Amino acid sequence: MNFKLKVWRQSDAAAAGEWRTYGVSEIDSGASFLEMLDILNDRLVVEGERPIAFDYDCREGICGSCALTIDGTPHGPRQVTSCQVFMREFTDGSEIIVEPFRASPFKVLCDLVVDRTPFDRIVEAGGYISVDAGPKPEPNATPISPETQQAAMDAAACIGCGACVAACPNGSAMLFTGAKATHLNVLPQGQPERYDRSRAMVEQMDAEGFGGCTNTGECEAVCPQEISISVIGELYRDYRKSMVHVLRSRRGRMKAQ
Amino acid sequence: MTDFDNRIPAGPIEEKWRTWLDDHRLVGPRQRGDHRVLVVGTGLAGSSAAATLAGMGYKVDCFCFQDSARRAHSIAAQGGINATKDYANEGDSVRRLFHDTIEGGDFRAREANVWRLAELSTRIIDQAVAQGVPFNREYGGHLATRSFGGVLVERTFYCRGQTGQQLLLGAYSALQKQVLDGRAQVHTRHEMLDLVLVDGHARGIITRDLVSGEIERWSADAVVLATGGYSNVYYLSTNALGCSVTAIWRARKRGAAMANPCFTQIHPTSIPQTHENQSKLTLMSESLRNDGRIWVPKAEDEERSADEIGEDERSYFLEERYPRYGNLVPRDVASRAAKLVCDEGRGVGPTGRGVYLDFQDAIAERGRAEIDSRYGNLFELYERITGENPWEVPMRIYPAPHYAMGGLWVDYELQTTIPGLFAIGEANFSDHGANRLGASAMMQCLADGYFIVPHSVTNYLSKHAANVETAEPSFERAEGEVNERLGRLVSVGGKTSQSQFHKQLGNLMIDNCGILRNADGLREAIGGLRSMREEFWRDLTIEPGEKGMNQSLEHAGRVADFLEMAELMCNDALDRDESCGSHFREEHQTDGGEAQRDDENWASVSIWEFEGPDSEPKKTAEQLSFEAVELEQRDYA
Repeated sequence: MNFKLKVWRQSDAAAAGEWRTYGVSEIDSGASFLEMLDILNDRLVVEGERPIAFDYDCREGICGSCALTIDGTPHGPRQVTSCQVFMREFTDGSEIIVEPFRASPFKVLCDLVVDRTPFDRIVEAGGYISVDAGPKPEPNATPISPETQQAAMDAAACIGCGACVAACPNGSAMLFTGAKATHLNVLPQGQPERYDRSRAMVEQMDAEGFGGCTNTGECEAVCPQEISISVIGELYRDYRKSMVHVLRSRRGRMKAQ
Repeated sequence: MTDFDNRIPAGPIEEKWRTWLDDHRLVGPRQRGDHRVLVVGTGLAGSSAAATLAGMGYKVDCFCFQDSARRAHSIAAQGGINATKDYANEGDSVRRLFHDTIEGGDFRAREANVWRLAELSTRIIDQAVAQGVPFNREYGGHLATRSFGGVLVERTFYCRGQTGQQLLLGAYSALQKQVLDGRAQVHTRHEMLDLVLVDGHARGIITRDLVSGEIERWSADAVVLATGGYSNVYYLSTNALGCSVTAIWRARKRGAAMANPCFTQIHPTSIPQTHENQSKLTLMSESLRNDGRIWVPKAEDEERSADEIGEDERSYFLEERYPRYGNLVPRDVASRAAKLVCDEGRGVGPTGRGVYLDFQDAIAERGRAEIDSRYGNLFELYERITGENPWEVPMRIYPAPHYAMGGLWVDYELQTTIPGLFAIGEANFSDHGANRLGASAMMQCLADGYFIVPHSVTNYLSKHAANVETAEPSFERAEGEVNERLGRLVSVGGKTSQSQFHKQLGNLMIDNCGILRNADGLREAIGGLRSMREEFWRDLTIEPGEKGMNQSLEHAGRVADFLEMAELMCNDALDRDESCGSHFREEHQTDGGEAQRDDENWASVSIWEFEGPDSEPKKTAEQLSFEAVELEQRDYA
C-alpha cells in the first residue's frame, strides 16, 4: 500500500515546528502504523534526513507510551492505542495527518514526542494507598465482592496515555484522574485516604494547567481502555465531600508522638 | 581474584533466610538518610525496590528510559503471579512451589534461592492487596486463583489478563508517594550508559538524558540494577522495543560476571509473524492453554481451513505426547513440540510457522459467557492484531523469544561480583534455572524488590558506605569513555541503519541459538557475529548529533551491545555440552526427544567474566548441590 504522510516536525521544545509531507510506498497491509513510521525512518536515516521522533515501547497496547494524533483523533479512529492501528484500516493512496497529542500541559519535546510528567505528579499527589513494604494482613480477612473488584479494575485499567486530555476541548485530565481515584476509592483499603486523595489529585491537576470537565465526553470516546466517564462523576462526588473534610498534610510520614 | 562465594547460609533449607535475616547488619533509622542508593529500571523489581528503600529512609535516585516509571515492560505481563496460599485446598505448600520451580527449571537453579522465593510468595499477595491491587475475586469475596503451565495446582493470582499492569501500578504509585515525601527522585528518559567503580566498589552511574542528550554523573553508596532481560537480541521478541542488555552489559565490562547467558526462554503462545517489517511479536497469555486445545493437521502441507479439517484428521500433539499435563506442559516443552510439527510441514497459516489454539470445545462445554469472562480481552487483542475473529476461527500461535533466565551472576544477597552492585528481577540469573515457569517472573521481581534487596543493601551499607563525589577521577574517566563511544557511533558514516543490523542479528540468533542448538550452528554463528560487528562499525549510519533527542543513536548503542552479548550467548551454548530446559542441544536428547541433562558434568552455573574486548571470556563454574530435591528426568507425559 502507498500513503502520503503529513507529519508535524519540531526539532525541540523551543523550536517553532512545521508540517512536512513524506511519501511511503509498498507498505504491507499487516504492518502497524508505527511499523510504517519505522520504515519511513529507516529510509530517512539512510537519506541523511533527521528521522521522526515518536514515543513507543511495548507495541501491544498496554504501556501507554505511544501518543499520536492520527487524522485529528488521538490514537486514530478506532479507539485503540497508536501502536494497535494497522495500515489495512486506511485507504490505499490516502493522505494521513500525524501530529503529537495537543494539550498545553503536554509540552512537545521533539516531533511527535510530548512531556506527560504532569500525570506522574497527579499520582504523586495521592494516587496510592500509603503502605510501606512489610507484613500485611491476610487478604481474605476483608472479602471484596467481585462487583466491587470489577468496578475497581475497570478504572484501574487506565494506561496513562493521555489521549483523554488530547481529545478534550478543555484539555481536562478528569478521566485520567477520576480513573485513578475511583480505582482506590471504591476499595475498602482505599477508604482512610479517600477524601484527601480526591482533593489532592484534583488540586494537582489544576496546578498542572489542565482544564475542567464540561461533560463533552470526548475523553471516553477515544480511551483505548474504554474507561467510563462515570469515573469523573465518582471523583466529583468525593471531591465535593472532601470540602467538608479536614485535610491532612500529606507530605512527610506520620511521626510517633 | 573475583569472589564467587554464593554466601548461602548454613543450616536446613527451611531456615536459611530466617538465619540470614537474623544475622544481617542493620542501619539505624536516623542514619539511613545519610545514604544514597541508585536504582536503575522501574519495572516490578526496580519500582518495588526503590519504593521500599525510600520507605525505609534511604535517599533513592531511580532511572528509567521511558517517559514514566509506570511504562516499564513488567506492565505487559498478563497471566498472573504464583503464591502458595493453598486457597484451593489442594495441599499446596512452600515445598511444592519450590519443587515445581526447581523441576521446571530443569535442576539448574540454586535450591536456597528458590526456597526463599517460594517462602516469600504469599507475602507478595498480601502486600499487593494492601496497596489496592484489584485481584480477581470469587463470589464470596475471596481471592480467585487459576492454574498455569508446569504445575498441577491452582496457585496463580490474577487481575483479568492485566496482572503485570496492576502489580506495576501498585509499585509505581508506592514509588510516587516516596517522591512526594522527598526521599525518592525518578529520573525519566534517562538511560544508564556506564557503571562507575571507586576502589573496586560500585559507586555511581553515567546516564544520557534522552531529551537533551546531556551526559550526567550520579554518585551513591550502592547501585541496584533492575534493567530486565535481553530477549531483544533476537530482534523479534515479546519484549518492549526499548528492552536491552545495555545496563548489565556495561556493568559486565566493569567486572560484574554474567551467568548462564544462553538460557533464554522461547514462549509458546505468541501471535505468529505475518510480514517482513514486523517490529515485535505479541504474546497471548499462557493462561489460554487452560482452556484452549493446541493442534495441527495430521497431513503435511494441508491447505484446507481449520473448520474443514475433521476431528480424526487433527493431531492434538501436546495432549498425545504428554497426557498428564496436556496443553499445560512447561513453556520450553510446548515451544519445542510446536517447532517440530512445523518443521515437519504441518504448520498452519500463511507462513507455515504456526499451530492452532482452539477454543471450540471449551466454548461448547463452558459457554461463551464463561470463556469471555476469562479471556475476553485476550480475544480482542488477537482480533485487533490479526484481523481474525477467534470466536469463529481458531487462534494461530507460534513460539517467540520472551524471557532471559540468564543474567548477572549474584550471590544469595543478590549482589554481583562487584561489591555494592546488586542485580534484581530478570536482570539477574538466580531463580529460574534453565526454564522459567509461568507466573514466576513477577513473583521473583517483587520478592527481590520488596523483601530481599532492601535488606541486603542495608547489610552492605552498614559495612561499606562511602561518601563519594562525582568529581572523582573514575567518574571523569567513565564519562569520557561514554562520550567517546557515542562519538564513534554517530561518525561511522556508512550506509546501513541500526535497525537493519538488529534484524540481521536477530535472524542469526534465532536460527542458531534459539529453540534448537547444535555445535556446528553455534560455531558458525560466532564467526557470523564477528563479521557482523566489524560490518556494524564500518557501515552504520544513524542520525548525526549526540545532543538533543536522537532515537537512532539510542537504538544503535543497544544494538552494539547486543552484537557483543550474542557472542557470549553462543559461547555459553556451545560450552554447555548437554541439554537442559530451554537449552536444547540436538546432540543431547532422550529416546523420546526430551532434553537429556548431564548432571555429572553440568549440574553447575556457568559464570563468564569479561577479560577485555578482544580476549576470550573466562569461565568459572559454580557447582549446584541438591539436597532438598532429588535430581530426576523431567517427566510431563
